[in-house]
Amino acid sequence: MLLTLGGHGYELRAGESVLECLARHGVGLPSTCRAGTCHTCLLRAEYGDPGEAGRGGLKPTLRAGGYFLACLARPVTDLTVAPPAGDVITPATLLGSERPAPHVLVIWLRPLRPVGFRAGQHVTLSRDGVTRPYSIANLPTEVPRDGLEFHVRLYPGGAMSGWLAAAAPGARLGLGVPAGECFYLPGRPAAPLLLAGTGTGLAPLAAIARDALAAGHCGPVTVLHGAADPGGLYLAEGSVRSRVRDGDPARIRWRTCVLSRGQDIAEEVSQELARLGDPAPVRAYLCGGARTVARMRRALFMAGMSLQSIQADEFVPAVISG
Amino acid sequence: MSLFDRLGGAPAIIAAAELFYRQVLADPFLAPYFDDVDIDRQVAKQAAFLTMALGGPDRYTGRDLRTAHAGLAGLTDEHVDRVIGHLAQTLRELGVAEDDIAAAGAVADGARDDVLNR
Repeated sequence: MLLTLGGHGYELRAGESVLECLARHGVGLPSTCRAGTCHTCLLRAEYGDPGEAGRGGLKPTLRAGGYFLACLARPVTDLTVAPPAGDVITPATLLGSERPAPHVLVIWLRPLRPVGFRAGQHVTLSRDGVTRPYSIANLPTEVPRDGLEFHVRLYPGGAMSGWLAAAAPGARLGLGVPAGECFYLPGRPAAPLLLAGTGTGLAPLAAIARDALAAGHCGPVTVLHGAADPGGLYLAEGSVRSRVRDGDPARIRWRTCVLSRGQDIAEEVSQELARLGDPAPVRAYLCGGARTVARMRRALFMAGMSLQSIQADEFVPAVISG
Repeated sequence: MSLFDRLGGAPAIIAAAELFYRQVLADPFLAPYFDDVDIDRQVAKQAAFLTMALGGPDRYTGRDLRTAHAGLAGLTDEHVDRVIGHLAQTLRELGVAEDDIAAAGAVADGARDDVLNR
């Protein structure tokens, strides 16, 4: 069989794993445990099927994206694999921006070419050597201001956020390839969905909630928005509900959690999980600052959720070094 | 056929690793060692440990365990005993027979000196 990676074809022997095949040809794909547990050797299939064994232990969203583990996959057909680190930059133009809260900038960008994505994913935005990831706030079927919408956290002196705040319509940016495992997967329409995010982390979650309703999701949908203070709850419940075009917006249970009122989002999300009864069928989506997401993930795990059912997108502010 | 295979191989081990790790985190004696740790990565490591204990593909060596635990202060036989206890309890919850549990415990116990850096 033929294994194609980065334009090169490698002869793949029957029973051989993708990792073994590449190693045999001198291609050093990073790997650690070689037993399917560490996920260092994660790859994405572009054409062909790596086989079910190669997908062992991967979350449903990764499986749906064509991802597989090179150490476990023993393909029985030809397989074309995407290079592990590939990025294509699409030029985009800033259409406009608004400031719904002191620390949040909403921007609309129009890419030169259509960009395929799933609601909840993120892209890198780049300009003048500065690259930052941002979550897309709209659905592929929504074309707000005829473009893509992003909710940007403004950081004092932020290399990207500062530039965006001052940029005029017409300013040019580069848009990377959409990525991320935080998106709605149809197939379990009755599963309770629990979406919890802090600050601008709510943007992709609100999109995922709308995406679920549009897909006919019939299970309960709970959205929990956390912020340090009431001013951080920049995305009004009403505005999210009014954007639901497909499905009943009243089906979303909307909760807020404010740190300055002594509320802790990890506790709140655990309580929301408890309300849903059996944790087994619940699907959780977490988005926001990395530490908070980690605490929420741990709280949900300890309350009985499998990590396989928790999709997370962690925001880490860039460390500016001069 | 090893217990690893009889339980269902790699996919079943991830589920077992979550059960096991949840018990470890709920144990106040052991939890402090896991305070700041990425849960996804830790479950993957527990899965590697379980794979070893259940006779799965031999990837995790005694030396790996020695290195992994070398930096942890205050580890004693009691910590090892408790981890083996949680392993046994996890396997019991999965319906594993007692003699298989004892065998797995013996394999885990074989790593005692590596874990305690003795």
